[in-house]
Amino acid sequence: MIPAAFEYYRPTDMAGVIALLQEHGDDARVIAGGHSLIPMMKLRMADVPHLIDLQAIEGLGGISIKDGTIKIGAMTTQHEIINSAELEQAAPIMKEAALQIADPQVRYMGTVGGNVANGDPGNDMPGLMQCLNAQFHLVGPEGDRAIYARDFYEAAYMTERDDEEVLTAVTLKAPAGGFAYEKQKRKIGDYATAAAAVQISKENGKVATASIAMTNLSDTPVWSEAAGDALIGTDCDAASIKAAVTAMLSDIDPTEDNRGPVAFKRHVAGIVLGRAIARAWSRA
Amino acid sequence: MSNKMHVKLNVNGEDHEFLAEPRELLIYALREKLNITGPHVGCETSHCGACTVTMNGKSVKSCTVFVAQANGAEVTTVEGLGNPDALHVLQENFKEHHGLQCGFCTPGMITRAAKLLEENPNPTEEDVRFGIAGNICRCTGYQNIVKSILSAASEINAAKEAAQ
Repeated sequence: MIPAAFEYYRPTDMAGVIALLQEHGDDARVIAGGHSLIPMMKLRMADVPHLIDLQAIEGLGGISIKDGTIKIGAMTTQHEIINSAELEQAAPIMKEAALQIADPQVRYMGTVGGNVANGDPGNDMPGLMQCLNAQFHLVGPEGDRAIYARDFYEAAYMTERDDEEVLTAVTLKAPAGGFAYEKQKRKIGDYATAAAAVQISKENGKVATASIAMTNLSDTPVWSEAAGDALIGTDCDAASIKAAVTAMLSDIDPTEDNRGPVAFKRHVAGIVLGRAIARAWSRA
Repeated sequence: MSNKMHVKLNVNGEDHEFLAEPRELLIYALREKLNITGPHVGCETSHCGACTVTMNGKSVKSCTVFVAQANGAEVTTVEGLGNPDALHVLQENFKEHHGLQCGFCTPGMITRAAKLLEENPNPTEEDVRFGIAGNICRCTGYQNIVKSILSAASEINAAKEAAQ
């Protein structure tokens, strides 16, 4: 419950953040909503001698949608995602997923940037971002760069972000067609036993495009290209869904924990994906 | 490393200034520095919501906010909603509908419910249950908490209509 002592900084521009990260290296961390980092600090599982608060930095919040491209500032909270009518119109899967993350209090504080940068495979947004083929924007001493969500995750808590970089925004093309985020969990606020993000578009009664990503079924989120491909050109009948599930099962690698053994998680993964595909198709 | 910082908080409409280590959690600043002991600590994993306060218009778990982050914030606790001589409508209804037993979750529950009704003045039972899902109660089984909040919503809405 009692975190170790740290030096606290509240810079007002990104240059100030980068300078602190360069000065203190591994000893410094940025804090966004604080709802993964503070719990880890309270358990002394994260040691952060220098804590850099991003709350006073302009331009890290807000949702903007222009010419079909959605930009979500890293400090945008889950509460703001849920309450943005504009975002609900452009990418309704975001709201559906955010409502399954944590609880009201955590959603007022927890941010999109923190959720995707954290690197915990339990987080829901990383798989969602892979499903939507989002890009993450990083700023560091060498300047700005963008990385696709599908290339960002290396292992649990290991991402492509360098220690001296800050994730500033997420961008994505407004997705077409039907959507679903289906999550099996033990209770409110739990990370998924298994969850599936699905986005499907329809043309002439057939699946035109399909993207599928799975949450908490490996040490990273899993975008299953083969599962999406198994649906394309079909009319999303039971056989096609079964083929997609079979393809997905080859891509995941769950581990046993108190959410269940591996066989159970693989079973649940198939169930949630089947449900997600059916719901997305019904909305396509 | 244990340098104290100067912290300013407005709690329940009153300005406070004190020295604290940045790592001090907001809940402890409230309870131990300011003697505002309604908000409670029920866990160390940010689940239970007994420490819920309203900070800058948001329901937050004050065990998961460093006092350094809260520096400059406006905070409302259950003490700011009503007092024994003039109960808040939620406090009145928790009493009326037996929405508490041991009372340990109640300050967080009522503070959260106040924000919930501000954002959604006409919640369904499902809205209420989902809206207080960040607050755990060991005693009531939630049924009477839901009744208390729905009844408070009706009273608030009736009072609004009468005023128009």
